[in-house]
Amino acid sequence: MAKSTSKDAQDLLRALWSAYSATPTNLKIIDLYVIFAVFTALIQVVYMALVGSFPFNSFLSGVLSCVGTAVLAVCLRIQVNKENKEFKDLAPERAFADFVLCNLVLHLVIMNFLG
Amino acid sequence: MARNLAAFLVLLLSISIYEAATIYEPISDSHRTVALELFAPVNGSYASLEDTYEALSIYEILAIEKKPDVSTTACKKVLEILGSSSPPKDVFYALKVNGKLKCKVDEKVLKDIASRLKATVSDASTLLDIYHSIGSLVLIKDQTSNVDVLLADGDGAFQSIKALSQSDGRWRYSSDNPESSTYAAGLALEAFAGVISLASSEIDQSKIDTVKNDILKLFDSIEKYDDGTFYFDEKIVGGHEHQGSLSTTASVVRGLTAFSAITSEKLNLPGDKILGLAKFFLGIGIPGDAKDFFNQIESLAFLENNKIATPLILSVPETVFSLTNQDLLKVKVNTVLGSAAPPLTVKLVRGFKIGAEDSSIFESKELQYDSKRGLHVFSFLSKHVDVGSYMFVFEMVLHGTDDDKVYATGGQIHVPIYVTGIIKVGSAEIAVLDSDLGSVETQKTLDLSGNNVVSLSANHLQKLRLSFQLTMPNDRAFKPHQAFLKLRHETKVEHIFVVGNTGQKFEIILDFLGLVEKFFYLSGRYDMELTVGDAVMENSFLRPLGHVELDLPVAPEKGSRPPAPPVDPYSRYGPKEEIIHFFRAPEKRPPQNLSLVFLTLTLLPLIGFLVGLLRLGVNLKNFPSSPVNALYAALFHVGIAAVLLLYVLFWLKLDLFTTLKALGLLGAFLMFVGHRTLSYLASTSAKLKSA
Repeated sequence: MAKSTSKDAQDLLRALWSAYSATPTNLKIIDLYVIFAVFTALIQVVYMALVGSFPFNSFLSGVLSCVGTAVLAVCLRIQVNKENKEFKDLAPERAFADFVLCNLVLHLVIMNFLG
Repeated sequence: MARNLAAFLVLLLSISIYEAATIYEPISDSHRTVALELFAPVNGSYASLEDTYEALSIYEILAIEKKPDVSTTACKKVLEILGSSSPPKDVFYALKVNGKLKCKVDEKVLKDIASRLKATVSDASTLLDIYHSIGSLVLIKDQTSNVDVLLADGDGAFQSIKALSQSDGRWRYSSDNPESSTYAAGLALEAFAGVISLASSEIDQSKIDTVKNDILKLFDSIEKYDDGTFYFDEKIVGGHEHQGSLSTTASVVRGLTAFSAITSEKLNLPGDKILGLAKFFLGIGIPGDAKDFFNQIESLAFLENNKIATPLILSVPETVFSLTNQDLLKVKVNTVLGSAAPPLTVKLVRGFKIGAEDSSIFESKELQYDSKRGLHVFSFLSKHVDVGSYMFVFEMVLHGTDDDKVYATGGQIHVPIYVTGIIKVGSAEIAVLDSDLGSVETQKTLDLSGNNVVSLSANHLQKLRLSFQLTMPNDRAFKPHQAFLKLRHETKVEHIFVVGNTGQKFEIILDFLGLVEKFFYLSGRYDMELTVGDAVMENSFLRPLGHVELDLPVAPEKGSRPPAPPVDPYSRYGPKEEIIHFFRAPEKRPPQNLSLVFLTLTLLPLIGFLVGLLRLGVNLKNFPSSPVNALYAALFHVGIAAVLLLYVLFWLKLDLFTTLKALGLLGAFLMFVGHRTLSYLASTSAKLKSA
């Protein structure tokens, strides 16, 4: 029983992976970027859990920088994805321009908050 | 008690009324001491010739022997100014200094100046130019007889000064300046005197009479204090060169005395006003400013020698007398500069005790003249003179028949005199009485001149009685300004009672039953202190009497609480409590190695990201190939990098405003190249799709 369960899980994952492989490369790049950002945030959270949150604004700005850019990347991904009919008329270059602008504004605030 | 206080207030009031009778002292040696300091030259010379003249005049008027020698430097300056064509004002002061120092000025130089000044007089339009020119010509006339300084057109010069006069006796500085000034009137009068002495033909008497009329009108606007002091004040508000009342009065006095000296007829001015002007100058005491000092002394010198009336000043060097010393009352009469008065008798018209104006103790007494000391003396202390404050009214009677016309004495002069003495304090006793029966429970005699203290005890049903007697040396009753009994509880709560009197006997009875509320039901030890004081009582005292143990009932629930102890008023000015600032202690930082490890850990996802990119087979094939577009794309990336670099700089050292300015520029650039690059990419991808 247990064997079949693990096998099922393996099958499921494999199916998921093969389904994901069909995703266009540019979306994969964005996914990779989101994972990179989330992991960076996680490392900072672990650091905080270990040594305490003393320069709390620095911690917040570090984590929020990562989370914020990840959210923005997710938004970019939604807009760039061709499957989303909602954004059909929107050129991916325009979406990228928005992403860059939002990131620049976000990081201006982050830098101001960094202390 | 209330009646006693009222009487005290009346006494205070009457004293303050008579305070207005100020006594004036003539100029004395203290003026000379200050003059040496005020008019000391700096590095052997004065700042200007005007200052030099003022200093030299002061040394001369006050007859100061030890004058500093400034003639070398001052004469050099005088010759310099007279040799060049300087404005009339500079020439005027140069000639004034020359008059004092007798510098060797060439007569040819003086001749040139005289002719130039005469031309100025005939076509000058401002009062100051005329004043300085005429003044200079008069000075040249005084200094040498070989230069012709006479004005051919004396009437013309007279007329040009008169043209600036106003209907109220004041003068304007120039014809195009409508403001009239009292200071200018003084200058004009001095200039008139100069014109009269310089005129080659005699000035018409009717013109001189109009000027005399102007002087009388000017004296109508004289200001007055209640004690008979007169002075002039400038009425212009916002004038370009405002003069204070001292310099204004000095200017008028200078002009008035110069004018009255040159005219043959006597000016019809009351001597009181001349004396009042002298009192004004004496009343300012010793000024600390050289200019004020000069104005005061010079004006007093003019008043001393004026032809209208010479003021005489009566002064009383000592106004406090002790019955124990039996001193003589001394009165001095001098001129304003302190020289001797003509033969005269000082009469004590009346002397009365302040508060009892109706009954005078002296009437029409003549003071004896002590010719050796130059004092008028009077022995007035006798048995029937009490301790207290008196007002003496003096009058000067001149011996010479015509002296009344020459001297101004000012009529009756009020001088406050204080007679002090030792007051006998006797029959002092303190007792505790039973309230209902009035019988004496304990009684103790006190020696108020000694140091003995008593200790008593009482409860709220008893009374405390303090009594003593005050008598003057002639055995009459004495009533001091202050007679207070103070009770102070251990907790510093104080109660003050006025000790009332009937005749000689002073008595106070404290009924503790009625005072329980006032004492805030505070039982315990009360220290007693008695104050008896008066300005004329030589042995005023404040002494502890001992203490009384009071046993008062317990305070009811709603009883009034004692007030908070008064804060020491001086503590407001003392040092404040030091404020210590506590800063938040810095939190404990983690070890540096741990932080560095995590720094590398944060780099791991980035490496993972880059590896992932390689794995995905990312390429730059979409990068524009044409040089122009490639350039734009490169600039776009450089722009983003620049903005990020700017953020790092903002974090490290820049402030928000600098950052935003730079960001605005970079942002505009980035928008431009970004738009070019991305729209190019969009167009190529659209082409691919359509193809």
